[in-house]
Amino acid sequence: MSNSLRKALFYRIDGIILLLYVMLVFIGITAVFSVEHRTTDTSLIMMNKSYMKQLTWFGYSLLLGFMILLTDSKFFSSFAFLIYTIAIAVLIITIFAGVDVKGSKSWLGVGSFRFQPGEVAKIFTALALAKFFSLPETNFARLKDRLVAVGIALTPAVLIILQKETGLALVYFTFFLVMYREGLPNAVLIIGFSVIALVLGTLLIDRKLLFVILTGLALIIGLLMRNTIRRNIVLLIFLVGTWGVCMLFSQVAVPFVFKHVLQRHQIDRIFGTLGKEVPDEYDKTLVAGEEKKGNSSEYNVLQSKIAIGSGGLWGKGFLNGTSTKNQFVPEQNTDFIFCAIGEQFGFVGSAALIIIYISLMLRIIFIAERQRSVFTRVYAYCVASILFFHFAVNISMTIGLMPVIGITLPFLSYGGSSLLSFSILIFILVRLDADRQTIIR
Amino acid sequence: MPPLANSRRYIISFLFIAIASVILLRLFFLQNFEAKYKIMANDIAIYKKVVYPPRGVIQDRKGEVMLENTIIYDLMVTPKNIQKQFDTAQFCAALDIDKQTFLNTMKRVLQRNLAVQQSAFMEQLSNEQTARFQEIAYMYNPGFELIERNIREYKRASAGILLGYIGEVSPEMLKKPRYTSYRQGDYAGLSGLELQYEEVLRGQRGVHYLERDNHNRPRDPYKGGALDSQEISGRSLELYLDAALQTYAEKLMANKIGSVVAIDPQTGGILAMVSSPTYDPNLLRGHDRAKNYAMLFREPTRPMFNRATQAMYPPGSTIKPFTGLVALNVGAITPSYGYPCRGSYNACRRSIACEHKDAGHAANFRLALAHSCNSYFCHVFRMTIDYKSFSSIQEGLQTWHNYYNSFSFGRNTGIDIPYEKPGNVPDSSYYDKLYRGVWNSCTVVFVGMGQGELLLTPLQMANGMCIIANKGYYYTPHFVKSIGKNQDDTLLKKYHEKHVVLNIPDTTFNIVQQAMQDVVESGTAIGAKLDGVTICAKTGTAENKATVNGEVIKMQNHSMFVAFAPRENPKIAIAVAIENAGFGATWAAPIASLIIEKYLKDSVSVKRKEMEDKMMNAHLINKYVYTIDSVLRLHDAQVYQARMDRQAAADSIKFITDSTNYMRWIESNVQMVRRSRKS
Repeated sequence: MSNSLRKALFYRIDGIILLLYVMLVFIGITAVFSVEHRTTDTSLIMMNKSYMKQLTWFGYSLLLGFMILLTDSKFFSSFAFLIYTIAIAVLIITIFAGVDVKGSKSWLGVGSFRFQPGEVAKIFTALALAKFFSLPETNFARLKDRLVAVGIALTPAVLIILQKETGLALVYFTFFLVMYREGLPNAVLIIGFSVIALVLGTLLIDRKLLFVILTGLALIIGLLMRNTIRRNIVLLIFLVGTWGVCMLFSQVAVPFVFKHVLQRHQIDRIFGTLGKEVPDEYDKTLVAGEEKKGNSSEYNVLQSKIAIGSGGLWGKGFLNGTSTKNQFVPEQNTDFIFCAIGEQFGFVGSAALIIIYISLMLRIIFIAERQRSVFTRVYAYCVASILFFHFAVNISMTIGLMPVIGITLPFLSYGGSSLLSFSILIFILVRLDADRQTIIR
Repeated sequence: MPPLANSRRYIISFLFIAIASVILLRLFFLQNFEAKYKIMANDIAIYKKVVYPPRGVIQDRKGEVMLENTIIYDLMVTPKNIQKQFDTAQFCAALDIDKQTFLNTMKRVLQRNLAVQQSAFMEQLSNEQTARFQEIAYMYNPGFELIERNIREYKRASAGILLGYIGEVSPEMLKKPRYTSYRQGDYAGLSGLELQYEEVLRGQRGVHYLERDNHNRPRDPYKGGALDSQEISGRSLELYLDAALQTYAEKLMANKIGSVVAIDPQTGGILAMVSSPTYDPNLLRGHDRAKNYAMLFREPTRPMFNRATQAMYPPGSTIKPFTGLVALNVGAITPSYGYPCRGSYNACRRSIACEHKDAGHAANFRLALAHSCNSYFCHVFRMTIDYKSFSSIQEGLQTWHNYYNSFSFGRNTGIDIPYEKPGNVPDSSYYDKLYRGVWNSCTVVFVGMGQGELLLTPLQMANGMCIIANKGYYYTPHFVKSIGKNQDDTLLKKYHEKHVVLNIPDTTFNIVQQAMQDVVESGTAIGAKLDGVTICAKTGTAENKATVNGEVIKMQNHSMFVAFAPRENPKIAIAVAIENAGFGATWAAPIASLIIEKYLKDSVSVKRKEMEDKMMNAHLINKYVYTIDSVLRLHDAQVYQARMDRQAAADSIKFITDSTNYMRWIESNVQMVRRSRKS
């Protein structure tokens, strides 16, 4: 690459994305610092502190980002499938050779160095998905291709579930959003939301009552549309079919999942978020005959809500977060880092942070739509979806809108794995976007 | 494809914004409208550290410190910080405990608190323990640490009952409005001046807000200490009490049951107040307080009972100056009035004995008082209440009662020490009730000579002397001269108020004073005579009865003496009461005289040393004090046992009812739970 080209590359880089990225990383380091800093500390530069480690990880991220910017953008498309295959292999290995951390086997350890393949695999899945869509022979209108795409997206998820790290696996379901952008029918979105509504209904409403409601609903629709149905028998079949599927789902599938698939702490968290006691039939303590312990995730969420709720409109001020500074919120450097922002900077600070995130994601969508190549567009949507899922779920869980699942807040949470993988995601996007005028396959 | 692409792009963007809005909305309500989280955050994260200021010091009239603070040490342990190499033998030897005690204490500490928290291993170490441990302390740091604590120190082993003591506030006290700012574990004055002037001595506690972490360890000051309040030391009390005189009086009263009250008539300030037997106030501090308190409380001579303000005695002949004073003032008699006493008073169909038989010993008021003629004062009392200017005997007695009340007899004087008793001065309604309306001056005749229903405290007797010394006024007796060197503190205002008794002219007082001077110079109290000082006095020998288990026993007479000196410009008024010791002239008079001499001349003359020795060494506690005490205790124990038996019986019935109710309650709840599970 010639010198002039390199200069040109510099001008083609999207500054806004990089600016938002750096802002978020610094907000994160500040948050970790505010939680860790003690008035007794004599120096700000203390290598044993997490904020200094995070700063170091940021340094590595920038180095890696620089290397990515120097890489030819065709490299990412050419090797996408290969890397994806390797990633799948590593995930399979992890199932068997993973280090047991708090009951999940999602970590691979080499010496003192540990990393979570599931965290990194989403980059390669995004690249693989982008590659698949950009293949000339792909026609997403075909069922076969749609199934392949779903397969690419969900294979890692299945493997991660096998590692007992369900939270991380859920991220991969956001690729449906990408597929929706690429032509998955509207019905998919509607069905998706319907399924979520049905699951919530099943959990919240008594099963027999739900049976009556659904059946009643089907009958009413049937009566209202009786003239149309008389003309078109297919509709009747469709109606009865839908009713049947709903019944199957609410009366058989959900109880089955709760009884035999989910673990006790997951059930606790789900019902904890819904604000309901765990029903006896799903209460595994009753079956196992153990003593019921205090629900630790409820404690986490309560402490988290106390920290955020006590922040008020303007917050308690920088370094004055009494809850976070004194370690009342568990995992407050990692999964619950948002508490530090909410407590110290209040609603104003939290809202500003959310606006920065949304700006970043809307910018990514804007970038996606200005591409000539499908590869970059699909990849950009993948990045936006992953970021959005992490952002929405993480903040929702800290304020009790969702059950606690161990996923990080992008760029803010302390931890090398998380920061590095999100940085890579962003820098690849920036690199690809720099070549938006060329078609990458 | 482009139109589709465009619409989906916006649907996805909309989805992002919509979900972010839901989060924002939830955050908005969580952070702005749910106040409970703020309260909870403060509750969990802010530690309120209360800093106790040093308690006020108490000094006597000459600036001698009587009660101050001293430092003792508690040994604190933080189990997590204990070193691995630990010499248990040396450690235990220094503290004078055995290994088992050490292990048990550690176990108790760990059960109560976390290993990272500091808790008390041993409280209030003795000086020897502290000294031994300090030498080896460096080897056990930081696991074990000596922490300073302030406690009270009484400089003299005297005036314990006046100064009082402090102790932890009880749950009952905490319910009272006075103790709203106290918490469990706080110390407060429980008796004496420590209780009376608690608000002054205590100072103001400082509150420091500290942040604490999830292990409850204090960290940084909260908001940089902006909300903290600084502690303010307790103010000192300067007393009228003369510590040397107090100790001297206590020595004189050793091995006697009774009390001495000495007041400066010109200020009402109390110079000495003894309730004998006394106790060493240092027993009631430190870690043996509860044990010693129980010991003192069980003592048959009742050293914890302040006889000077709480014991109500028949004043005996010491009341005669007042009987005379009232009679003269209402006009019932003139100073020249005489009564032909021949050794007994027989006007009331019974014979009241008089010490004197010779004719003319009661030829006029002055002679009668000097010789303490019973007949004379019985008769004069009758003449007073039957006096012609009163429409009835009720009115007469009420007038007499009002005079006595204005002398603060029969009501609290208002002294600044708690739990004062009012004594008893009967009024007409009292007798109406007692004798069902049928009574006359003969019925109540004994009151004139200080017997019968009339009861006074030694404090009231001394205060009465102040009135005669001052010719008609007194200041409420009190201990405290100034608070924090300020004589005009609002708390002391009421003690600067002059109380003038019902208008009695100086001439009347002169007559009474003259007669009282005669008592010492030529009358019953000749032994109390002091060279160069004009003492006015009155002896008393009070008949008394004890009621033991409903049986009335006549006891040996109380030895009483009241006096003031000098007659001109009086400096000291005194009352001495010694229970069951016999004649007033024998014991109470010399003791009072010695105290007067000691106070006015600062030392006792050589020729009176013999008398001093005799008084100090006299053992006047009767054996039957112990006998009566054990009889009373046995009775109390029986009553207590009976009550316990009744209680136990009642409890067992209550238990049966309760358990039936409980079973019912459980059943109803089980059904409720079952129902709720079904729904």
